[in-house]
Amino acid sequence: MTAADVVATESLQAVPATGVFALLWLVIGLPVLGAVVLLVGGRRTDRFGPLLATALPGLAFLLSGAMFLTLLGRDEAERAIGQHLYSWVPVGGFQVDVGLLLDPLSMSFALLVTGVGWLIHVYSLGYMADDPDKRRFFAYLNLFLAAMLLLVLSDSYLTLYVGWEGVGLASYLLIGFWNHNPEYATAAKKAFVVNRVGDFGLSVAIMVMFAVFGTVSIAGVAEAAPEASQGVVTALGLLLLLAACGKSAQVPLQSWLGDAMAGPTPVSALIHAATMVTAGVYLIARSNGIYDLSPDARLAVVVVGAVTLLFGAIVGSAKDDIKKSLAGSTMSQIGYMVLAVGLGPLGYAFGIAHLLAHGFFKADLFLGAGSVMHGMGNEVDMRRYGALRARMPVTFVTFLLGYLAIIGVPPFAGYFTKDKIIEAAFDQGGLRGWVFGGAALLGAAITAFYMTRMVAMTFFGEQRWAEGVRPHESPRVMTVPMIVLAGLSVVGGLVLMWPFGGAPPLVRFLEPVFGPEPEVEHLLSPVAVTLMTLTVVLVSAAAAFRQYAQRPVPQTAPAGVTPLTRAARRDLYGDAFNETVFMRPGQYLTRLLVFFDNRVVDGSVNGVAATIGGLSGRLRRVQTGFARSYAMSMFVGAAVVVAAVVLVRI
Amino acid sequence: MSPMHYLTVSVLLFSIGAVGVLVRRNAIVVFMSVELMLNACNLAFVTFSRTNGALDGQVIAFFVMVVAASEVVVGLAIIMTIFRTRRSASIDDANLLKY
Repeated sequence: MTAADVVATESLQAVPATGVFALLWLVIGLPVLGAVVLLVGGRRTDRFGPLLATALPGLAFLLSGAMFLTLLGRDEAERAIGQHLYSWVPVGGFQVDVGLLLDPLSMSFALLVTGVGWLIHVYSLGYMADDPDKRRFFAYLNLFLAAMLLLVLSDSYLTLYVGWEGVGLASYLLIGFWNHNPEYATAAKKAFVVNRVGDFGLSVAIMVMFAVFGTVSIAGVAEAAPEASQGVVTALGLLLLLAACGKSAQVPLQSWLGDAMAGPTPVSALIHAATMVTAGVYLIARSNGIYDLSPDARLAVVVVGAVTLLFGAIVGSAKDDIKKSLAGSTMSQIGYMVLAVGLGPLGYAFGIAHLLAHGFFKADLFLGAGSVMHGMGNEVDMRRYGALRARMPVTFVTFLLGYLAIIGVPPFAGYFTKDKIIEAAFDQGGLRGWVFGGAALLGAAITAFYMTRMVAMTFFGEQRWAEGVRPHESPRVMTVPMIVLAGLSVVGGLVLMWPFGGAPPLVRFLEPVFGPEPEVEHLLSPVAVTLMTLTVVLVSAAAAFRQYAQRPVPQTAPAGVTPLTRAARRDLYGDAFNETVFMRPGQYLTRLLVFFDNRVVDGSVNGVAATIGGLSGRLRRVQTGFARSYAMSMFVGAAVVVAAVVLVRI
Repeated sequence: MSPMHYLTVSVLLFSIGAVGVLVRRNAIVVFMSVELMLNACNLAFVTFSRTNGALDGQVIAFFVMVVAASEVVVGLAIIMTIFRTRRSASIDDANLLKY
């Protein structure tokens, strides 16, 4: 297995960028241009800025679409294009070049980021129409896209790290976009700080790569990895996993994602669907050269994915805030992807497939949620919604299609991708297969539960609207992106994963990167897994529908609930854990250090100064202002000097 | 000719000047006492110069006179100004620069 992968990786040598690929840098350059023009231009660009910022990612999308078509026309061995931009750090033996790499994996991401990102830009034109700071918002959106594109297109870990940090910065700026509200500003800070913990993992990993392999280029590391010791490879795998946990909000660094809902809804859509959280999955898939060699690191990845997919699903089931519930859902779905890419060659392609499908339906769901909020006067509490399907027909239908996609009803997108992951988890075989497969299956059931609860509480049941709320459908500029995304959620899975004579198209497309799909013994037959999944999904969806659509929903969250619900409402005590384990001891340490600084360091310095000050105060008293006494002391002094001279002479 | 007498006079003049500086309050009198001390020194210089047959002492005496003259100009001007502003020439009253 390992040898086959290495061969596969080596066979995919990057060819120089010619033809349309010579414009590869423009895919990143266009959004950068938008951000620069809007930020530097200031108020002068207020009028046309948002439109320009929407047009540029659209151009980038068209450009990547053209590249995709050209790429399909090429031979499989020539489907990796390298573009050298410039030498960044040319120092003796240490050479870092800024270069771009376009292979099937980064091509998929570039299409997702520019495509879904562009739709979200269009939607934002309507959603943010009345915001006085619209221009700054669009500048940050462009910056976000540019950073994510740099992340997925770079050919070395160091350039990837630049994009990685850029994504963190842009998310900070956007989550705290309404920073006049201190709570939102805190949420932005939290996201940034938690992300720093993950970034630490990536930076240490890059240092290790340089120390051990002497290179930080992705291809170079993958080539050199088989000769490194098992310990180094596992350490690299775990460090990269830490980085992925931070960016993708996986346990134990999941706590920022729920609070990140403080940003405007299009930002949430962008973070959850196209940029940011998918970066962790990309990093693991991109580092397949390392993970293929270390079963231990892969196991850690799978465990993190399995834990998170349950964690997020449980949290999502208890939240009444529609966006926070969707955030739990994202955490859970990313858990599926991490689980998949942790399964090794078996799962990489499935993880990416789910990532793409998730990009479609989660963007659709978030934009739908934003549309509902828009119509309900920024209400986010689902207990104040109800019976909206007649008032918002377009939102309802698109949301419903996204819903069917995420719970995995055939033939919608989620069915093809999630089912494959559950199957692959069972195919691990033995105890592991049962544990991870069972977790994935349970996760699918909970997903069906919370998503049905969301749809039922929002669109079905009786009206629970607050006084004076007049729900209305959103303008066309918002509904059209939702319709497009809903359409993608319907056909996306079919197009990507339908086995047209042999392997599904996406798996074949990604084969040059990840190597051929290995033959495995099925623990359970695929048909059995599919039937089981569909059964649990339908049962729990029916249960949720009966509970939340057919029975009355109280307008305030009921208090007498099970301990599990109470824990889930508080994010399964994730924040409480961080507070007791990290924050409190940290605060005590700071207090101790402040005390030491004030008393010991400052104390000694101030003490010396005070002593000298006091002494000079005493000495000052000698200056009496009585001139004749000065004369007297001069005479006495002169007499003493003369006497001394005379005495010495004698 | 013994220099003893001249030196005695010089010492006497110097002592009178020194005591004057120390005990008198009027700035003008103190000033005069300072001049007295300078001239006592001059006398001693001239005496030794004469005794040793060298001219150095006499030259120095001239320098002292010149310096004393210019000092008088400046000093009297200061005293005048102080007297004008404070209606007093007592040096004990001029103590603004004490601690």
